[in-house]
Amino acid sequence: MKKLINAVEDVVKEQLEGMALAHPELKVNYEPYYMCRADAPVKGKVAVISGGGSGHEPMHGGFVGKGMLDGACPGEVFTSPTPDQMYECAKAVDSGAGVLFIVKNYTGDVMNFEAAAELVAGEGVKVQNILIDDDVAVKDSLYTAGRRGVGTTVLAEKVVGAAAEEGYDLEQCADLCRKVNQYGRSFGVALTSCTVPAAGKPTFELGEDEVEMGIGIHGEPGTHRMPIKSVDEMTQYAAEQIIDDPAYSRTVREWDGEQWADKELTDEPFAKGDKVIAFVNSMGGTPVSELYAVYRKLDEVCRAKGLTIVRNLVGPYITSLEMQGFSITLLKADDEILKLWDAPASTPGFVR
Amino acid sequence: MSMNKAQLVTWLGKLNDVYAEKKEYLTELDAAIGDADHGINMNRGFGKVMEKLPTVEDKDIGTILKTVGMTLMSSVGGASGPLYGTFWMKGGMLLAGKDELAADDFVQFIEAGVGGILQRGRPELGDKTMYDLWAPVLEAMKDEAGNASEVIAVVDAALPVAEKALADTIPLQAKKGRASYLGERSIGHQDPGATSSYYMIETLRDVLAG
Repeated sequence: MKKLINAVEDVVKEQLEGMALAHPELKVNYEPYYMCRADAPVKGKVAVISGGGSGHEPMHGGFVGKGMLDGACPGEVFTSPTPDQMYECAKAVDSGAGVLFIVKNYTGDVMNFEAAAELVAGEGVKVQNILIDDDVAVKDSLYTAGRRGVGTTVLAEKVVGAAAEEGYDLEQCADLCRKVNQYGRSFGVALTSCTVPAAGKPTFELGEDEVEMGIGIHGEPGTHRMPIKSVDEMTQYAAEQIIDDPAYSRTVREWDGEQWADKELTDEPFAKGDKVIAFVNSMGGTPVSELYAVYRKLDEVCRAKGLTIVRNLVGPYITSLEMQGFSITLLKADDEILKLWDAPASTPGFVR
Repeated sequence: MSMNKAQLVTWLGKLNDVYAEKKEYLTELDAAIGDADHGINMNRGFGKVMEKLPTVEDKDIGTILKTVGMTLMSSVGGASGPLYGTFWMKGGMLLAGKDELAADDFVQFIEAGVGGILQRGRPELGDKTMYDLWAPVLEAMKDEAGNASEVIAVVDAALPVAEKALADTIPLQAKKGRASYLGERSIGHQDPGATSSYYMIETLRDVLAG
C-alpha cells in the first residue's frame, strides 16, 4: 500500500484537520465528526445535511457551504457515519426550519440515518430523510438492497442546497430531492481496484487488461467483467445502460414526522426530447483529460437518442479513493432544476 | 442459577478479546461478500465498550446494557452498528434496575434484542443475515426456559442451534446489505454478521461454565 498517510487509524481525523485549516469558512467538529458552515444555523433556512463513508471526496464535506450543504458527517473510510454524528450535526445547523437528510442507499447508511432521524425528531427538530438510489447497474430491487446511491447525490446536493437557500420549506426541499433522485440515473466503470487504508490491500482484484462494468463507489461488484475496450465503446455501453433503462419501481421508507412510512416510487425512463444535465465523474485515479474523451462520446450518444445536454459537470466529484474509472450520470432537467442548478454555490469542492 | 453482573462484565470483556482475535477472520468473511470491514468495526466498537465499561460496571444491568448499545451504535458504523446497538439497547431498556438475571429475564433480553434487529433491519428469514442465526437461537432459548430455570441451561441449549444456523447461512443467497449485489455469487460464503453473533453465544457459554 502506497498512500499519503501517517497512522492508519488517524487517516480521517488528520484529513479533517487539514480541511479545517484550509477552509476557515467551515467549522469542523471532532467529537463526534461532522463539519458545517461556520455561519450555521442560517436564520429561517432549511438545513441540508448529508454524510457517508470517507473516501469519496470532495463529496460530502467538500460540498458544505453557501448554496449546497449546511453540514456533512464523514464516517471511517467506506463505512457509514454513526447516528450521534448526524444528531449533533443536525442540532448545530437547525435554525428551526428543519433538517433534510440526503442519504445514499446503502444498508449501513440507511440504518444509521434512520436511527439519527428518530433521535433528532425526539428532540423536537423537524426532520426528513430522502434516499438517493440511482445506480442502474442494479436491476432488481426485490432480491437486493436496491439501487445504490451514486452520482445523482452530487447533483441533488447542488439543486436542493440552492432550493433551501432560496427559501423552500422542508417539505418542498424533500419533494424536490425525491424528484431529482427519480430523474437521475448513473452507471460506473472501474479500470482498477482501490485500497482502504485500514485493510491495506485492494478491495477486489481486477486483471491488468480487465474492467468491471456497473461498479458501485466502494468496489461493489458490477454486472460483469470484460477485457478493456476503447473509451468510445465503454462510454456507449454505460450511456445506453442509463438511457435505455426501463421504469424502475421500489418501496422506500420515509419519516412522516411521527413514524416511518413506506412509499412506492416509480422512476420513468428517459424520453426523446428530454433535456439533461450530463455529469462525467472520475472515480479518483482517472485524469480529467480522459473524462473529456468520455464526454465527447456521451454527447454523441445522447444526440442519437434524442436527449439534449443543456448543462454538464466534468471532474472528480464522487470518488472511490484512488480507483481508476469513471461514472456517467444523466439528470432529466426541468425548468425548476435548471434554475436551481444555475444558482450560485460557494463550497471547497464546487463553486458556481 | 441466575446470571449476575460480574458474569455480564466478564462476558463483555471476553467478547472484546474474541473480536480482537477474530478481527482478521471476520474481515476476510466480509471481504468475500461485503466490504471487508466487519472485523475492524467490531474490534473498534468493543474497544470503545471497554473504555466505557469502568464508568458503569457498578450500576444495574439495564444501565450496562444500554451503555454497551449506545457505545456500539456510535462507534461501529456500517449496518452492524445500528443492529448491535439496537440489540443491546432494547435489552437495557427492558432490564432497568436489575442486578441479576433469571433464565426468564435473560430470554426476554434476547427476545427484545432480536425484536430490535427486526425493527431496524427488517430482515426476513433466509436473507443471509444475523437474523438467520438469532431467530432459531431465540426459539431454542424460549423452549429451554420453559423447562429449566438456569441461564446456563438456556445458553447450552442454544449453542448447537447457533452452530447449525451459522453453517446454514453458507448456502443462502444474500438479499440484504452489500452482499445482495453479488446475487448468486454470495452463495457458498458464511455470513459475517451471523458469525459475530455466534461468538456472543459461544463466549457467554464459556463465561457461565466458568
